[in-house]
Amino acid sequence: MTRKQKRLAIIGGGIGFLTAAVLLVMFAFSQAVAYFYVPGDLAKAGLAPGTRIRLGGLVETGSLKRGEGKTVTFNVTDTLGTIPVTYTGILPDLFREGQGVVAEGAFVAGSSVFVADTVLAKHDETYMPKDVADRLKAQGVALGGKENIQ
Amino acid sequence: MIIELGHYALVLALATALVQAIVPIAGARRGDRALMELASSAALVCALLVAFSFAVLTFAYVTSDFSVRNVWENSHSLKPLIYKISGVWGNHEGSMLLWLLILVFFSALVALFGRNLPETLKATVLAVQAWIAAAFALFILLTSNPFARLIPAPGEGKDLNPVLQDVGLAIHPPLLYLGYVGFSVCFSFAIAALIEGRIDAAWARWVRPWTLAAWTFLTAGIAMGSYWAYYELGWGGWWFWDPVENASFMPWLAGTALLHSALVMEKREALKIWTVLLAIMTFSLSLLGTFLVRSGVLTSVHAFATDPTRGIFILAILVVFIGGAFSLFALRASRLKSGGLFAPISREGALVLNNLILTTATATVLTGTLYPLVLEALTGEKISVGAPFFNMTFGLLMLPLLCAVPFGPLLAWKRGDFTGVAQRLFVAAAVGLVVAAVYYYVMNGGPVLALLGIALGVFLIVGALTDLVLRSGIGKVAGSIAWKRLSGLPRSAFGTALAHAGLGVTLIGIVAVTAFETETVVEMKPGMTVDAGGYTLRFDGMRQGRGPNYTEETGHFTVSRGGVAVTEIWSSKRLYTARRMPTTEAGIRTFGLSQLYVSLGDPMTDGGIVVRVWWKPLILCIWGGALIMMAGGIVSLSDRRLRVGAPTRAKRPARLALGAAE
Repeated sequence: MTRKQKRLAIIGGGIGFLTAAVLLVMFAFSQAVAYFYVPGDLAKAGLAPGTRIRLGGLVETGSLKRGEGKTVTFNVTDTLGTIPVTYTGILPDLFREGQGVVAEGAFVAGSSVFVADTVLAKHDETYMPKDVADRLKAQGVALGGKENIQ
Repeated sequence: MIIELGHYALVLALATALVQAIVPIAGARRGDRALMELASSAALVCALLVAFSFAVLTFAYVTSDFSVRNVWENSHSLKPLIYKISGVWGNHEGSMLLWLLILVFFSALVALFGRNLPETLKATVLAVQAWIAAAFALFILLTSNPFARLIPAPGEGKDLNPVLQDVGLAIHPPLLYLGYVGFSVCFSFAIAALIEGRIDAAWARWVRPWTLAAWTFLTAGIAMGSYWAYYELGWGGWWFWDPVENASFMPWLAGTALLHSALVMEKREALKIWTVLLAIMTFSLSLLGTFLVRSGVLTSVHAFATDPTRGIFILAILVVFIGGAFSLFALRASRLKSGGLFAPISREGALVLNNLILTTATATVLTGTLYPLVLEALTGEKISVGAPFFNMTFGLLMLPLLCAVPFGPLLAWKRGDFTGVAQRLFVAAAVGLVVAAVYYYVMNGGPVLALLGIALGVFLIVGALTDLVLRSGIGKVAGSIAWKRLSGLPRSAFGTALAHAGLGVTLIGIVAVTAFETETVVEMKPGMTVDAGGYTLRFDGMRQGRGPNYTEETGHFTVSRGGVAVTEIWSSKRLYTARRMPTTEAGIRTFGLSQLYVSLGDPMTDGGIVVRVWWKPLILCIWGGALIMMAGGIVSLSDRRLRVGAPTRAKRPARLALGAAE
């Protein structure tokens, strides 16, 4: 091979690989990311059943049913809407009523219950998921459990 | 008083750094030796000042001086001593001071051990280091002063976030920073090369030990952080593709690429411009990581800083340094002449492939990490990019690289013989497939992809050893000669073999855990049992306990196999009293390389408790492989050519004067 051909082979291979990577990333963005919603948005969102989303809001006070088996149920609310959620497993240490939460999962076809497979309430007493805080603030909801922020 | 002295030392360090940033460069321009030599002394003084300042802050933590705001916010008089000390960097201000300390520590090392560097290069490198040090010292003094006082002094502190009260966290940030900041030396060398307009194989040889050291520390830091998340958070996961994890992973990937491209440059004088670019990119990713973690743009356990002025300040540092470095690169890169021809199938070709794949993979991680931020800023839409995205992109892209790794060291420089190498690797591939088949038999089946993954891991390990076997001639020549040849091989050959084998070990761990782990969530009352990984766990009951700054409820489990009790597991939930914060302390037992992992959930109204039990097959391989990679880095660092140092310019003037004369 001449010098030019060698260089072409290397550059061509590189460009081919990069193109494949870009296509892969674009495909993954269309398939493998979850959009974030608060309950008030869901009515107009028109999601197809089974679409994976992240649902954020406050855990409605008095809605949490735990201690009766592996599955817990609670409501996520942003005052404009309330969504019942079921989750099988162990809730995070900082999961509380009146506090912010993000649940990841999907609606089962023909049901208004959100089945979560992941529940996040991060490891900080004063933590409110940023997504949740922003949306709630935008809708003028007083945030519970925030008074202990210095 | 001592606190003010620490504060003052930091101001002095800033002043020293400013001198070190300007004077030596002027000296290098004018050829004034006295001005250039100032760089070394300034670097040492600066390191001593920052070290003093850091010692003062540590002293304040150890003596629980709550008149210092930072101590009050993050410490508690009842905390065990080790966590008082680790609390120094368990918060924003202290961790930035640690960052600076490590930066000036590396500058001091360059000053002390860079005796055989050309003096203009050394002066310029130290000046560039000082630019970074000055920027960060200013950042600390203006926005994140750890020495701010609180008057009147409170009687008791607010305690460190309990999740951070852990031995893993005591070690994790210093290791990670040693890696992150270690790349600053490579960056400074690259900038100095661009300023001087000259670069050669000796340059690559000087940069290599710093890259290796930084890479080794970063490997340790990431592995440590991953293990910490695994046992401390109680979720049983070891990698979450969390933006903060990605922030440390990206410099690692780019640093790995740099390690390999510097090799090509050192041996063959090729890929010069690319190596300089990679050195800049690697440290830029470290700075980006610092920005992501410290500015609070991400919401995560690591985001201590929520003050926007800090974010903007770090962003400014980021823009100035990265933007400046790339502008300089654009202006001056054409001066660096490239050399060294090679065929696509050759050692160089393999290393180019390594670089291509690693940088592309870094780019996908960067895209996945930043895309949600950009999307939110532009459209207000919020998405979460998690494991599915990264597995699909990063995972697939890395696959060809993993297959290619054993080929690299076996290919000859300049022009390699692919078929010959493939034949030599036949044994390694065969061993991989046999092990996978045995695993299939032992596990009574399993997904084909996972088995191929195991085979690939074994191929990597045996392939790495194949290189050593072939080079020493084991099996072809008499044992004593082979032994002599083996012990005569350069240490870097062993380093390469270890690092590549470690990669294989980690891969096996990842594949085994992903494909074969089992997870069970059950309600248990005392006396009930649950099975996992061939073991039976019996729940014996709960017990109350109390630690220095927490109370805990512990569940006791007896583990048996085939009816015989083998060990026991305690798993607990703690409540840290100062912050009223609960944490899960998972119960973990190791069996060979596999682990049983038990974490507790809610107590039931009828007296039972929810228990989550995982069987994690071969999980220790993940971190064990990282340890082997680190060992590879250390062995390679002890290589003779790095110990002895690069040849001086005087010996080979003709070949080294490559750049256009100034």
